[in-house]
Amino acid sequence: MKAQDYKISSEKFVFHSNAENLHDTKLETKPVTYFRDALNRFARNKASILAFVIIIILVLFAIIGPIITPFTVSYEDINYAYVLPRNEFFHEMGIHFWDGGQNKEVNKATYDLYRGIQEETGRQVIMTEPTMREEEYMGKTNTLYSFRLDTYNAVGAKYELLNTQEYEALQKYQDDFNVQVILPITDPKQRPEAEQDKANANIWYKTKLGAGRKTQIVYDQDGNFIPIYQAHDGTDMYTSKMYYEGEEKLYNYAEPKSGGMWNIRVDYREYYIYKHYLAGDGITEPSFILGTNNAGKDLFTCLASGARFSFILSIIVASVNLFVGAIYGSIEGYYGGKIDLIMERIVDLLASIPFMIVITLLRYHFNVSHVIILFVAFFLTGWTGMAGRTRMQFYRFKNQEYVLVARTLGAKDSRIMFKHIFPNAIGTLITSSVLVIPSVIFSETSLSYLGIINLNTGNMTSVGTLLATGQNYLFTYPHMILFPSIFISLLMLCFNLFGNGLRDAFNPSLRGTED
Amino acid sequence: MYMFKYICKRIGLMVVTFTIIFVTCFVLVKLLPVDYSVGFGEDTAKIEAQLRARGYDKPIMEQLVLYLKRIVLDGDFGIGFRMPEYRGRAVWDVFIEKLPPTILINIYSSLIAIPIGIALGIFAALKKNKWQDHFISTAVMVVISVPSFVYASLLLFIVCFKMDALPLNIASFADIIKMYPEKNLVYTPGTFNWALYFNKEMFLSMLPAVFSMCFGSIAGYARFTRAELTEVLTSEFMLLARTKGLTKSQATVRHALRNSMVPIFPSIVGEFVSVLSGSLVIEKIFSIPGVGGLYLASINAKDYDFFMMLSAFYLLVGLLAGLVIDLSYGVIDPRIRMGAK
Repeated sequence: MKAQDYKISSEKFVFHSNAENLHDTKLETKPVTYFRDALNRFARNKASILAFVIIIILVLFAIIGPIITPFTVSYEDINYAYVLPRNEFFHEMGIHFWDGGQNKEVNKATYDLYRGIQEETGRQVIMTEPTMREEEYMGKTNTLYSFRLDTYNAVGAKYELLNTQEYEALQKYQDDFNVQVILPITDPKQRPEAEQDKANANIWYKTKLGAGRKTQIVYDQDGNFIPIYQAHDGTDMYTSKMYYEGEEKLYNYAEPKSGGMWNIRVDYREYYIYKHYLAGDGITEPSFILGTNNAGKDLFTCLASGARFSFILSIIVASVNLFVGAIYGSIEGYYGGKIDLIMERIVDLLASIPFMIVITLLRYHFNVSHVIILFVAFFLTGWTGMAGRTRMQFYRFKNQEYVLVARTLGAKDSRIMFKHIFPNAIGTLITSSVLVIPSVIFSETSLSYLGIINLNTGNMTSVGTLLATGQNYLFTYPHMILFPSIFISLLMLCFNLFGNGLRDAFNPSLRGTED
Repeated sequence: MYMFKYICKRIGLMVVTFTIIFVTCFVLVKLLPVDYSVGFGEDTAKIEAQLRARGYDKPIMEQLVLYLKRIVLDGDFGIGFRMPEYRGRAVWDVFIEKLPPTILINIYSSLIAIPIGIALGIFAALKKNKWQDHFISTAVMVVISVPSFVYASLLLFIVCFKMDALPLNIASFADIIKMYPEKNLVYTPGTFNWALYFNKEMFLSMLPAVFSMCFGSIAGYARFTRAELTEVLTSEFMLLARTKGLTKSQATVRHALRNSMVPIFPSIVGEFVSVLSGSLVIEKIFSIPGVGGLYLASINAKDYDFFMMLSAFYLLVGLLAGLVIDLSYGVIDPRIRMGAK
C-alpha cells in the first residue's frame, strides 16, 4: 500500500485545547548541571575542603616565598652554616623555642670558648644558666656543661684578609654607622699553638699547649681570661674613631701582610651586615626562619624555590599528559577494533618500561639540563595512564543512544568525539590529572633524593636534594630534614584527600548516597 | 583448556614485551662510548684487552648475539669496569652477593605487613563508620600519603637515635663474625652463608628498614581489605547466610571473608614476586648492601654491564609480578575462569 492511501482529511484534526499558549508547566527548581552538582557535593566534604585550603597555602608559599625573602638559592655563607631556625618574635620574647638556640652539652674548653665569644662581642651566646655534670671518661673526670647555645651569636669573630682600600672603606663605615666591626688583633706570638686552633679568631685570650697538643686556657687569679691583644704601635693604619673598650689607641687593629693586604679580626655579625650593605642585596642581618644547611644556604628560600619548581614541573607534566593522553585515548576508544588493538599494544609496551631505565638512558644520551630530561621522561611514560582512562570512558559512552542520534543526524566523528563524548569523560580525567601532580612531585623528589637527577645547579634546588642533604645530618641537625619532610608529607596528604574528594564529587553514582 | 591457552598467550605477550624493551635498551646502551677506569698502578691495556675479547668493537647486533650467547652458555652477564670495588668482577656474582639482604628485608616486611594489614582492614570493615573505623582510615590515609623516606628518617631519629632501641646501621659480616667467635664463621664473597644472615644481630639491625618498608604495605592492605569487605558485607548473599541461621561471625568468616579475598589474594602473590626488587630509597637510607644500592651505584658510575643486567632484572620482576597477579585471579576465582569461556 502506498502512503497517500492513508490520507486523512484535515477536518478530522481537532485542537486539544484552544488556549493561546501551550507549554509544559515551568520547572520550579533550578536545573543542576553536572559541574554544579559536583561542586555542591565537593563542598560538603569537609576533609577535602581543608586539604584544598592547605594546598592553596602551599602553592602561595611556593609563589610568594622566593619573592619575600632577601636570600636567593645561590646565596651561601659558610660562617652561618648549621644555624638553627630562628623566629625573631620568639627570640625577642626569650622563649626557648624557635629562637635559633640549640641545647648543648659540651666540655670545659668548648664552654670557655663560647664564654669568650660572649665576653668579647657583648652578645649573648649562652642563653641559659649552665648546669654542670661530672663524667668519668678514660680514668679522668670531666665536667660537662649543659646550656642553650645561641647558634647565631656563637659565630663570634673571624679573620678577614682585606686590601688597603677595603680596609679603609670598612673603617669609614665604622665611623658612619657608629659600630665596632674591627676587633683588636691578637699578638701573633701568643696565638694558640695547637694546629686545630691556629686559625680560630675567637681565641683572644692567653692559652698554652696542654696535654695531647690541645689548647688550654690560662686564667688569672680570679679565673678570668687574660687578653692577648697586640699593644698599639702605629703599624695598623687605623684611623677610625671607634675603639674597642675605651677611647684610646690601646691596641693594634690590623696586621700588615705581604702584597699590601691587611689581616683583620672582625666581629662577624657586624661584618656580615656591612658586606650585604655594600652588596645592596637587601639582606639586613643574619636571621634564618628555617635555619641554614651545611653550606650556609637559607632553608626557607631553598624550600620555597624547590616547591615552586616541583609545582611548575608537575602542572606542566599533568597538562601535557592530559592533552596527549586524551587525544590518543579518544581515538583508541572511539574507533576500537584493529586500531585499538595496535595502539593498546604500544601503550602496554611503554607502560611496562621501568621509569628508572628511561631516565638513566636519557641521562646517558643527552647532555642537557636535568630538568629537560626529567620532563621528557615523565612525558614518555606518563601519558599512557591518561590514555587508558580516556579509552575506558569512550568505551562506556560510545554506544549510548545519544551518540547514535548524533551519528544519525550526520555529525562527524570528530564532533561526536569531542563535543558529545568527551565532556562526559572530563570529570574522571580532571580527577586523575589532579592526582598526577602529587605523583610527579613524589617521583621528582625521590629521583633527586636518590641522586639520579641533579637539580641542584645555580639558582635552583629541589625538595629531594634538600632531603638528601638533611639525611646526612639527621642526628646532629635534624631541622635540615624536618622542614622539607613536613612540606612533602603535607603536600602528599592534602593532594590525596583533595583527589579523593574530587573523585567522589565527579562520580554521579554516589549522588545522594552521603545524605 | 581455555585457561592453558590464556596463560600461553599472556606469557607470549610478556616475552615479546620483554624482548623489545631489552633489545632497545641494549642497543641504546651500546651506542654510548665505552668508558672505563683503572685503579692505581693498573694497566689500561689489560682492561682494553678484556673489553676487546668481549667484542666491544664489533657491530651492535653482533654484540647482542655474543652477549646472549654468553648469558645462555656460561651465565656470563659481563664484568664491571667502572666501579672500583667491582672492577673486573663478574656481574652475576656481585648480583647474587647483593640479593640476600634485599630479599630478606622484603620477606620480613611482607610477613609483618600482610597479616597486620588484613586484620586492620577486617576490623575497620566490621566497625564501619564507628570511631575505630574512622581512626584506622585516617591513619591509613596518612601513612599512604607520607613518603617512605620521611617515616624512615623519623624511625631512625626517634627509635634508633633518641631511644637507642634498635641499631643505626645494618650489621656487617665482620661484626657478626667477631660476635660469634665460637661458630667459626667465614665469609667468602659470592657465596651464601645462612649463619651470617640468620642471627639475632642481623635481624635486629634489619628491623628499622623492615618497619619503614612495611608501614606503607600495612596501610595499603588495610585500605584494600576494608574496601572489599565492606562491599561484600552489604551484598545479598550475606543476608541469605544470616537468614539460613548462621551467626554474624560465621557468615563473615565463611562467606564475606572468602569472597573479599578474591582480589586481595592476587596482590599478595604479586608481593612475593616483587620481594626480589625491593626499594631503592629504603636501601639508601639504611645503607643496606642490596641490589638497589648496586643499581644506583651502577647508574651513577655508568657501569653498563651492571646497568643492563639489573635493568633486565627489574623489568622481568615487574612483568612477572603483573602476570602472576592476573593469572592468580583465574586460579582463585572459578567465576573468572568460567566467565572467560
